Amino acid sequence: MLQAILIQTVNGIVTGMILALVASGLTLIFGIMDVVNFAHGELFMLGAYVGVLTLAATGDFWLALVAATLLIALLGAAIYLTTLRPLLGRDPLTTILATFGISLVLQNYALWQFGPVARKIQEPFTGQFTLFYLSYPWYRLVIAGLSAAIIGALWLFLKFGTFGIWIRATTQDRLMAQAMGIPVPWVLTAVFAIGSGMAAASGVLFGPLVGVNHAMGLDWILKAFIVVVVGGMGSLGGSIAASIFVSLLEAYAALWVSPAQAVIVSFVVLILTLLFRPTGLFVPTVR
Amino acid sequence: MSATGPAADPLVAVDAIHTFYGKSKILHGVSLAVGRGEVVGLLGRNGVGKSTTLKSIMGLVRPAEGRVLYEGAPITGVPAHRLARLGIGYVPEDRRIFRALSVTENLRTGLDRRGVSAARKRALLQKVYDFFPVLAERRAQAGGTLSGGEQQMLAIARAMMLEPKIMLLDEPTEGLMPRMVGQIRQIIEVLRRDNIAVLLVEQNVPLTLEASHRIYIIEKGVVRHHAMAADLKPGDAVIKRYMGV
Amino acid sequence: MRDRRHAVLFWTGFAVILALLAVAPLVLPEFWRRFLTEILIWGLLAMSSDILIGYTGLVSFGHSAFFGLGMYGAAAALLATRPPSLWLALLCGLLAAAAVAAFVAYFSTRLRDIYFAITTLIFSQIFYVVIFTWTDVTGGENGLTFRRPPLAIPGLFSMPFTATSLHWFVLAVVAGSYLVLRRITQSPFGMVLQSIRENEARTRAIGYAVERYKIVAVMISGLFAGLAGVLYACQNQFAAPDFVFFLVSGEVVIYNVMGGIGTLVGPFVGAAFFLLLREGLSRFFTEFYLIPVGFIFIAMVIFMPQGVLGFARRWLNR
Repeated sequence: MLQAILIQTVNGIVTGMILALVASGLTLIFGIMDVVNFAHGELFMLGAYVGVLTLAATGDFWLALVAATLLIALLGAAIYLTTLRPLLGRDPLTTILATFGISLVLQNYALWQFGPVARKIQEPFTGQFTLFYLSYPWYRLVIAGLSAAIIGALWLFLKFGTFGIWIRATTQDRLMAQAMGIPVPWVLTAVFAIGSGMAAASGVLFGPLVGVNHAMGLDWILKAFIVVVVGGMGSLGGSIAASIFVSLLEAYAALWVSPAQAVIVSFVVLILTLLFRPTGLFVPTVR
Repeated sequence: MSATGPAADPLVAVDAIHTFYGKSKILHGVSLAVGRGEVVGLLGRNGVGKSTTLKSIMGLVRPAEGRVLYEGAPITGVPAHRLARLGIGYVPEDRRIFRALSVTENLRTGLDRRGVSAARKRALLQKVYDFFPVLAERRAQAGGTLSGGEQQMLAIARAMMLEPKIMLLDEPTEGLMPRMVGQIRQIIEVLRRDNIAVLLVEQNVPLTLEASHRIYIIEKGVVRHHAMAADLKPGDAVIKRYMGV
Repeated sequence: MRDRRHAVLFWTGFAVILALLAVAPLVLPEFWRRFLTEILIWGLLAMSSDILIGYTGLVSFGHSAFFGLGMYGAAAALLATRPPSLWLALLCGLLAAAAVAAFVAYFSTRLRDIYFAITTLIFSQIFYVVIFTWTDVTGGENGLTFRRPPLAIPGLFSMPFTATSLHWFVLAVVAGSYLVLRRITQSPFGMVLQSIRENEARTRAIGYAVERYKIVAVMISGLFAGLAGVLYACQNQFAAPDFVFFLVSGEVVIYNVMGGIGTLVGPFVGAAFFLLLREGLSRFFTEFYLIPVGFIFIAMVIFMPQGVLGFARRWLNR
């Protein structure tokens, strides 16, 4: 029993880190331009597909990771420039509709291009190590580590460096950021690209754990939304903490119920959060 | 300079602009001009369109009609971030410093520009810290933890990092203690000495008359009076009429 | 004077359209007859959504939950009695939808715009997962099948529905719903809703209990969505979890936007437009029709946010 709990803890952390990576991109985008990116799950999914294709062509997992991140970042920038920028001044609800439309298009595009059968991404290394009498795959730990590293890099990037200051300033007060000479249109495009790239990276990293198929984004977007609300909308630290928290709870729940039912845990957490701490469970004092 | 405006070549010229805020029309044809190194005061009561005029110049709102000219070239519709880089510094009402950014980071938003060497950046930063020792003390603190007066100083210092040719100041003394009003007066003096033009929007009449070369008075979105500051006194009938003091 | 003329125009137009829709099943081939009935049902669903989007300014992705629960509620009633009772189905379906609406309303209305949309979406999914996994009660993945109830007044008569009479029944329900909703939107209550859409802060400042109005709006919306679910169950004789999945809500929102929000009639136009597009484009794109339709939708959000109806109105006003 203890072993099972231990295994689930590690599983929960692994899933949590991937979710954190996805949710961070979503939070970043929402924080700076008030856009709820419905298509985020599809960017995750397309990233995984680009990973599949690159892997098939080159056999190099890490190249696939980089390629997916860069390509989908570019796609993100393109989506932003064509569809979201025209809508920025308007009612924020129009961006929800637009990104929803984009998610439909991307999902069906993937279905059309790749068919309904799931593809597989081969892990870059197999092999397991022993964790208390049980074998645990190395790869899963590597994912968690890499996700943490990427998030850490994002944090450093935001904290130091001119662009980080620009992003934070624009997030707080877009008008004054402009008045200070910050090229806000480019900052917004870049942030959307970064968020998209992060989603794509998550897709490639997560690919080996499940099959890659056109609908894989749906689960993740839902969880990411929950996590972003529970973590406090717009709070990067909050969504990361919430990701781990929710994923751990779900992993433990999976010991007793089927995985399909374990997702109810995240729903319950959301409901409780909305009831008692609607601004977010993990909102730090001053953002 | 005459009472009709600066000599032929103004730095900023506003030519009969009509500006809306949402569905309400705020400016009904405002015209004014500011010469290089000139301090021009814009007086008027609340809600007459003083802030909107500054915002129209800064490109934060776009006039529905009319033009804004900077160094002779039309800038209506040019985005604000380009105007900032061209040398227009904006200090809004309510200061609006970046509350979660540190003092240094706030300054860096204006400082981090292309074409400025690291040495010059350091020099600019040092100059501002010398002039505002309070900011130097609090340089690592978050902007939101500063007092009202300190935030005002930060807002002005931040705009100065752009090395502007003109500073648009929107009610800098609002909500400040009398002692700080004197400091604002000094800051405007320093700007003038450095040949930086100032368009000063204010409701504080004595300060404005003291600090400015020329005065415009706005009422209901139109310029109603224009005179040399030296020709006006706080008790004048025209002041009483439009400022209701 | 203008009001009188306006009213005359309205009722004439209404009567004409009603007559056309009533005659339709008699002249149309079976496929198109069914198509028309489906447009009416989806239109009703979209109209219920319009109360929220168009009149209160709340984008809801929760309508699949109301619709689906209405469907399952009716299914439960139809499976429970022999012979299946239409009125019981209606009652159960509406109750189920109302319960869900109350639940969703309680949580979501505290939140503003974007959070409201997300929370309603998540609630849709909660119900989806529950229905999908609670196989014993709901039939899980496969859903439930049942017989169509007859049109009956107990003790008086009982007459099984034909394709045509079912269409008339649906038409009657939908037309009645439209009139009721129209009355509601034109009432003082409806005015407050629109005021909330225009400027929530100001409405609150004037003194209206905005949350309570929102809750009522969600309940009304949910009820009519559930009604659509009951009609769908009667029409197609099955209930499936797919209808509770949030994508269905999304499609409904698409009907709203395409047709024109805030018009009550727009949703029907939008539903018709979308379903026709789907029909037409399926010929070329088979099951991937959503790709071009998606593009059209996005383009409409950007360039024609008033929808087909708004566009037509402006074109007519020239």
